[in-house]
Amino acid sequence: MRVLVTGASGFLGGAVARGLIAEGHEVTVLQRRPSGLPCREVRGDIVDASAVAEAMQGVEAVIHLAAKVAVTGARSEFTRINVTGTANVLESARMAGVARFVHVSSPSVAHAGSPLVGAGAGPANPITAHGSYSRTKAESELIALAADRPGFAVVAVRPHLVWGPGDEQLVGRIVARAHAGRLFLIDGGVALIDSTYIDNAVTALVSSMEHVHEPAVHGRAFVISNGQPRTVAELLSRMAVSAGAPAPTRSVPFRLAWLAGSGAELAWRVHPRGERAGDPPMTAFLAEQLATAHWFDQRETRRVLDWAPTVGVDEGFERLAAWYRSGASA
Amino acid sequence: MTEPARFPPAGLPGLEPRWSRIIEAPDFTGTMRSWHLLDTHADPEPEQTAPTLTVLCVHGNPTWSYLWRNLLARAPRSMRIIAVDQLDMGFSERSGVHRRLADRVDDLDALTAVLGITGPVVTVAHDWGGPISLGWALRHREHLRGIVLLNTAVHQPVGSPAPSIIRVARSGPLLRLNTVRTDMFVRGTTRLSRSFLSARPMSKSVASAFASPYRSAARRAAIGDFVADIPLEAGHPSSATLDAIAGSIRDHADTPALLLWGPNDPVFSDRYLADFIDRLPHADVHRYERAAHLVIEDAPSLVTDLLGWLSSREGNDPAPEVRGDLTRAAPKTTSLLDALAQARDLRPQAIALAQMQARGTARLVTWEALGLRVTRLAAGLRARGIEPGDRVSVLVPPGADLIAVVYACWAIGASVVIADTGLGLAGIRRAIRGARPRHVIGVRAGLALARTLAIPGLRLSTASLQSIAAQGAEREAPELPDAETEAVVVFTSGATGPAKGVVYRHRQVAATVEVLREHYRLTESDALVAAFAPWAVLGPALGITSAIPAMDVTKPRTLTAGALSDAIAAVRGSVLWASPAALANVIATQGRLTAQQREAFTGVRLAMFAGAPVPRAALVEASELMPRAQIKTPYGMTEALPVADIELAGIPDVGIAEGVPVGHPVIGVELAVAVLDDEGRPSADLTLDPGVTGEIAVRAAHVRDRYDRLWATNRTASANPGWHRTGDVGHIDEAGCLWVEGRLSHVIVTSSGVLTPVGAEQRALTLPFVEQAALVGVGPRGAAAPVLIIVLAGAGRRGRSPLLDVDRTDELRQVTGVDLAAVLVRGGLPVDIRHNSKIDRTLLASWAERILAGAGG
Repeated sequence: MRVLVTGASGFLGGAVARGLIAEGHEVTVLQRRPSGLPCREVRGDIVDASAVAEAMQGVEAVIHLAAKVAVTGARSEFTRINVTGTANVLESARMAGVARFVHVSSPSVAHAGSPLVGAGAGPANPITAHGSYSRTKAESELIALAADRPGFAVVAVRPHLVWGPGDEQLVGRIVARAHAGRLFLIDGGVALIDSTYIDNAVTALVSSMEHVHEPAVHGRAFVISNGQPRTVAELLSRMAVSAGAPAPTRSVPFRLAWLAGSGAELAWRVHPRGERAGDPPMTAFLAEQLATAHWFDQRETRRVLDWAPTVGVDEGFERLAAWYRSGASA
Repeated sequence: MTEPARFPPAGLPGLEPRWSRIIEAPDFTGTMRSWHLLDTHADPEPEQTAPTLTVLCVHGNPTWSYLWRNLLARAPRSMRIIAVDQLDMGFSERSGVHRRLADRVDDLDALTAVLGITGPVVTVAHDWGGPISLGWALRHREHLRGIVLLNTAVHQPVGSPAPSIIRVARSGPLLRLNTVRTDMFVRGTTRLSRSFLSARPMSKSVASAFASPYRSAARRAAIGDFVADIPLEAGHPSSATLDAIAGSIRDHADTPALLLWGPNDPVFSDRYLADFIDRLPHADVHRYERAAHLVIEDAPSLVTDLLGWLSSREGNDPAPEVRGDLTRAAPKTTSLLDALAQARDLRPQAIALAQMQARGTARLVTWEALGLRVTRLAAGLRARGIEPGDRVSVLVPPGADLIAVVYACWAIGASVVIADTGLGLAGIRRAIRGARPRHVIGVRAGLALARTLAIPGLRLSTASLQSIAAQGAEREAPELPDAETEAVVVFTSGATGPAKGVVYRHRQVAATVEVLREHYRLTESDALVAAFAPWAVLGPALGITSAIPAMDVTKPRTLTAGALSDAIAAVRGSVLWASPAALANVIATQGRLTAQQREAFTGVRLAMFAGAPVPRAALVEASELMPRAQIKTPYGMTEALPVADIELAGIPDVGIAEGVPVGHPVIGVELAVAVLDDEGRPSADLTLDPGVTGEIAVRAAHVRDRYDRLWATNRTASANPGWHRTGDVGHIDEAGCLWVEGRLSHVIVTSSGVLTPVGAEQRALTLPFVEQAALVGVGPRGAAAPVLIIVLAGAGRRGRSPLLDVDRTDELRQVTGVDLAAVLVRGGLPVDIRHNSKIDRTLLASWAERILAGAGG
């Protein structure tokens, strides 16, 4: 199949493109930075209609991953990329006669902060979702699912906490903080959360693309995960230890973390640039994410997408440790 | 005020707008009135075939059709559920007319005529809806398929004042204030509701929904009228109608009836249930222990139970099958009193009973003395007013008095209610209240415990037994009961919910005696030392000398090695029955035995430890103490004991299969399993196939007759005629050995299949740092995440975090073979009082779920 992958310079996007290429699909990638992938590449912003139209030429299926992923930042920038950009890619795909569209979303679009214990996917809700990222992703998911129609099958797939070798977004930051002795748990890290090993996220997205035209699939949202919830404490420890860093031992109470996070958000908002580069160490959203259970009932997802994870959590950590040991992270 | 019927506001929890209809019908005066009612077939689909059953639901005061919402929501399409709002109630018309009981029956009759209800009907009613529905039912006998009543009344039972709550509410000026001018009565009704599971009050949104039709004094007028219409005094305008309805209930003798009751109702307490049982002796009864007036709100399983009963009224409730060759020999019938009478004739001066006292002395009773005492007591108790068929609560600790009282009651044909202290004091009171004994016989503490219970008959102290027997000496012995007579009500341990009363008939107790005699080859040359409560009374029925050690038999951990040795020595005991907890203490105190005391143990040929799983190490120690004894652990339950047993030598190492082996079935017992499906539900059919995990079912002559006043429990447990579903899960291996894997309610249903807890727990216990372990599931059934909860061995120093460290968590994943989401550490695990060993995994699961939910959980 001729497939366009947007956001292929990211951790998951790159892995999806490589997975598709390996399976013999004809892949085009679209992103701002060079991807280094052995395939047709269009460089540009998803808000740029002409770049998107160029990338869309001859494409049969789209896996749309490009998004602004951060825990702070100006709301307008999130809206521009996540909402306007998505609308742009959808419109362009439809004009180009694309038949299959996989919109990559986030479980946080349906998370209003209360514990999710073996939950279903739940509808995206831009009003109750917490933080600019989740809110704009919720909006974009609603737009994507609304675009589903005969001949243009759209599915929203929400991978939960993707990790693996080469992940700078999550693992990289945790490891860096652990090395610096600044990795701590919130409320002892007792909350159970789901996660998705990178290879499983790739196969789930490819499977979604293959099944998107089926009546049980298109027009709907699915959470994907390894289906092996673990405590936050265990996940953070394993990530740190895989990279040879110390496991976190200190814990702060949730209220304190939340307050600190709210304060940091405010500080970052007042001084969005300058000396404070990157994201703040803690945000209210992150505090909530690290202190509240969120894991999902995977039965329907697996049945409908005809997919199951192939790499278990334990094997994933072995691979992560091997990758760090090999020095590839340097 | 007058106001036509209207639709309920949108958004009431659980109420579907599509059910609501407004119907015009004439009332008792012939005036057209508008009714609001709920109807599952409000919008009949044309292609739909007519419903096979119509269910007419009548609410009481001050509720409305909302009460029945969950029944409407879950009824199959083949049933049409109609739930009316009575006139001037709920969202039906406010007519301003004071409607009396007879008027309301006429009103309902006219409405159902307009609705064109014909064909099979079952009435379902709550509170004062009860008499109205019964009045309606009497006029529609030809269509009536059943009557269902929830917490209601048709009559003030003799000698009982009206419920004081109603009396107060009705007293003159208070009436209008309570019921009409304020919403005290409306709000008070829902405030009494407590969920059976969570013990939490009703949610605010549901309570508000109940109050929603009664927001203003004007809309509440009929609530006051309703209360005023309760005919508490003679000459009340409605008393003739109520009496007529009450009197005619007996005409329903061939109408199936179901009584569903919340006993914690300050208005319609147990005595009203008893009144209905008296009028409808054929009725199915289910008492939801802990539920109150709004029993349908309090007991989550009520709607399921009710639908099950209704579907059997539809006549499509096929009996499940049993696969395999399951022919069975008819059980031998013997009387429980035969062996005693025989021993009295043949060995009058031999010792029947040795009740051990402190310091090794014994109270010895010969067969002659025991036989005489039982006969005289029976005649004396009969003279005092204990009738055949009466239930007698016996609050006497195991010993000579208990045995005399039990056999005397059996000789009369009275049934003994035995609530042991293993239930806890509150549990004993609940258990007795549920069994409704007519009389009580107790030691002083026992009578004190029963003081607040409504015991209509005798309250006899054990101190008076002598004079009762003397009285009986001058009378003829009562006629012996037949084998079908009820013999005993005993109680489950309450480890999985409130204790349930378990009823045995004479033939079933006699069958237990026969199984023990045959399976353990007991002969008159044996002597029994019984330190295990349920069997402590069976010695005389076996015709075997028995000794009861100096201990509190219901507190097994009070048995010392010395006291046990003294009991063995007193009767040259050859067979020992004890509980695992008693064994543990015997082992712990054996160091204090004298050489002579130790010697006594060598005479034991058979030692059995029953009631709960026994650690293998304890059995090994027991065999060292009793080198010549065969060491066995029987498996069974309050409902059937023994079912199977296993010898120490036959217990394989753990970890080779799922669960713990409990051995082969004893003589006369057949085993089968109801296979668990992917959702962890047991199949309707039973199978004998080895190796498949399912709910264990037992068939034997000594299985209980039924659960007491627990219709729905009986329906489940006796789903396969002749079989008892145990609620335990396990499998039968190729060699016919039964393995127990846990309780059905503790099965964990993950997205990748069903897990039973015991096997994984046993494997976890092989790691040196694990002292106790419990496997539970958190999250929704079907997608649950397995979590192990452990108590650390040794000093067991726990950190501040409930999480076990990652390395040892991994070790536990390896050894259990379960993909554990987490391992949590606790200082101890919650267990039942009676056995001190049955882990409450349900409680642990909700604890784990709360911890692992994190903030806001």
